[in-house]
Amino acid sequence: MEAIETLAQQEYKEGWVTDIEMETAPPGLNEDIVRFISAKKNEPGFLLEWRLKAYRHWLKMKEPNWQYMAYPPVDYQNIVYYAAPKNTPEFNSLDEVDPELLETYNKLGIPLEEQKMLAGVAVDAVFDSVSVHTTFKDKLAELGIIFCSFSEAAQEHPDLVEKYLGTVVPYRDNYFASLNSAVFSDGSFCYIPPGVRCPMELSTYFRINTAGTGQFERTLIIADEGSYVSYLEGCTAPMRDENQLHAAVVELVALKDAQIKYSTVQNWYPGNEEGKGGVYNFVTKRGICKGDNAKISWTQVETGSAITWKYPSVILQGDHSIGEFYSVALTRNKQVADTGTKMIHVGKDTRSTVVSKGISAGNGQNVYRGRIQVLKKADGAKNYTQCDSMLIGDRCGAHTFPYIDVGNNTASVEHEASTARISEDQLFYCKTRGISTEDAISMIINGFCKEVFQELPMEFAVEAKKLLGISLEGSVG
Amino acid sequence: MALLEIRNLRGGIKDLDIINGIDLTVNRGEVHAIMGPNGSGKSTLGKILAGHEEYAETGGTVRFHGKDLFELTPEERANEGMFLAFQYPVEIPGVSNAYFLRAALNERLKYRGESEMSAGAFRRLMNEKMKQVDMDPDLARRPVNEDFSGGEKKRNEIFHMAVLEPTLSILDETDSGLDIDAMRIVARGINQQRSADNAMIVITHYQRLLDYVVPDYVHVMYEGRIVKSGEKDLALQLEERGYEWIREEVEAAG
Ligand SMILES: Nc1ncnc2c1ncn2[C@@H]1O[C@H](COP(=O)(O)OP(=O)(O)OP(=O)(O)O)[C@@H](O)[C@H]1O
Ligand SMILES: [Mg+2]
Repeated sequence: MEAIETLAQQEYKEGWVTDIEMETAPPGLNEDIVRFISAKKNEPGFLLEWRLKAYRHWLKMKEPNWQYMAYPPVDYQNIVYYAAPKNTPEFNSLDEVDPELLETYNKLGIPLEEQKMLAGVAVDAVFDSVSVHTTFKDKLAELGIIFCSFSEAAQEHPDLVEKYLGTVVPYRDNYFASLNSAVFSDGSFCYIPPGVRCPMELSTYFRINTAGTGQFERTLIIADEGSYVSYLEGCTAPMRDENQLHAAVVELVALKDAQIKYSTVQNWYPGNEEGKGGVYNFVTKRGICKGDNAKISWTQVETGSAITWKYPSVILQGDHSIGEFYSVALTRNKQVADTGTKMIHVGKDTRSTVVSKGISAGNGQNVYRGRIQVLKKADGAKNYTQCDSMLIGDRCGAHTFPYIDVGNNTASVEHEASTARISEDQLFYCKTRGISTEDAISMIINGFCKEVFQELPMEFAVEAKKLLGISLEGSVG
Repeated sequence: MALLEIRNLRGGIKDLDIINGIDLTVNRGEVHAIMGPNGSGKSTLGKILAGHEEYAETGGTVRFHGKDLFELTPEERANEGMFLAFQYPVEIPGVSNAYFLRAALNERLKYRGESEMSAGAFRRLMNEKMKQVDMDPDLARRPVNEDFSGGEKKRNEIFHMAVLEPTLSILDETDSGLDIDAMRIVARGINQQRSADNAMIVITHYQRLLDYVVPDYVHVMYEGRIVKSGEKDLALQLEERGYEWIREEVEAAG
């Protein structure tokens, strides 16, 4: 380990060039690493140029410090920016996996084969080749829907990638987005042709055995005119990762009359009780309603990560377009979630709805940070924001920072906020009816989150409910 | 064996003794009324029996059908058949009354090793019980007690009791805040629950409820003790004479 480090340092000094045959890049970031990643992926020239521009821009940027959190500095020269996807499983059988993790899988009712994939255990060859995703892909292809990894899209559909990449989240956007643009590993790409209604929920879940997406994920979804797609990201199973920093970018483009529904359940490892070892999840998610009557909805359930920092946003450019944000963020132990949304009303009669539910337990800190921006020409724009916090115990906190910025006097912007605490009396009342504290809390929490859960696709909602219950186990004294 | 046997019970909150030595035996089939001036400790007794964490017993014993009550968690006490109807029922936003009750009933069934009740069977049971207490079906759909009127909350407590069919019900001023018709309906609900198998402790300030729910015994609580016990005419006496004479008797006894 030490040897590699000293070697790496020497090599930097001498303008070292990465050997294309290597499986893993040495730690550190420079132009050569960017070139190496692009070459490894056999990317078209425009993509390399774009990565390099992003990298050069990133060098000039400062890490942000306005968010409500403190975290130890990240050493960007100590990160490995490219590692070939692992084909060899880490374990031979489930017996070798952390029993605590398995117990959680069982509580969530995850089938054995899927447990294996999640935990990095060798999967039966039969299951792998007949897996759902092959049949699933054929069906989509018939409709002209493209759903593949980002790397595959860069090669098979470079025109689409070039046309839309960075149009919603430019490489200059923010520190982490620039970093992602320079070094992104892989992610999902999705294109729905005009007038097509995608007949099934598209899910990254179907790809868990095909790509190790890594820490710098990049997703691009394009819904062409009059099309519809519902996309599910993540899964409820707790994911452990040796990478501490995750800086993903998601871009959504909805053309005229198109609709994108993007649902996330995020459950990265939050670290131990002291918050040690948890993932930092700094994500840039943004969609644009490019054409008239377009609609983008973000729904998220966030229970994991040591630190979550994300603001799924919508640019409402087309007239009559609609943006929605429904969020449940749960923090416990030492977790911090700084999350919210930005709704930017550009077109006429655009509408946005924001429903944010923050739950804090233990020493958890939950921050809602939202901006509603109505530009000059957005006649008749309407926003409704509802921001509710639930506190469990008295060491946690909830904070709300709503920014409202209205440049058109025909617009209406409404903001409601509430804070509730689960009281001893409520718990006692439940107990006198035979309901235990934990069941009572999950019942109250599910009630609190109802408006968000009903936006999630059915199965996801069921899983999310269970997940919240499990996450809160033992967090009430 | 007595259903509930309280021996020299003492207890209260952290720095304050509220219950100062109570003896009370309740057998199956009996209804006991507990009366007494404000602040004498009636609700506290109910909370200690049901297991409110803020209140603790500091002495004495309580046996609930033979088991040491204080060895049981509050939810175990409930699932063993104890029920407390609150003087001030608690609101639980976001959880529908029906959902809540079904969860409660299923906990009880699970505790007894029986299989859980299906949604359909529960709906039928609920409809039947709702009729017993003449409750607006809308109140079953709404969140538990949230924005219920005072009287609706009290009626809801009796509805919960009717569904859960406890063996020992402690009804803390379920009659206060009810209009005259509601009082009659609630009393009818209570009487329908009365049987040779179960018992009730009815805490009340008014004779009116006892006109309908006729008690076997009446106890007067004063400064954390039961200072006088009698039969149903004791309640009539209290109604007529107030508590002053009780106070005098206690003081005379020294
Ligand atoms: N949590 C508490 N903190 C402080 N004092 C308390 C607490 N609970 C009860 N008390 C006190 O204990 C005494 C008994 O209260 P309790 O509620 O048991 O009376 P009660 O007999 O039910 O009265 P009422 O007829 O008015 O309902 C009162 O003086 C009350 O103020
Ligand atoms: Mg009282």
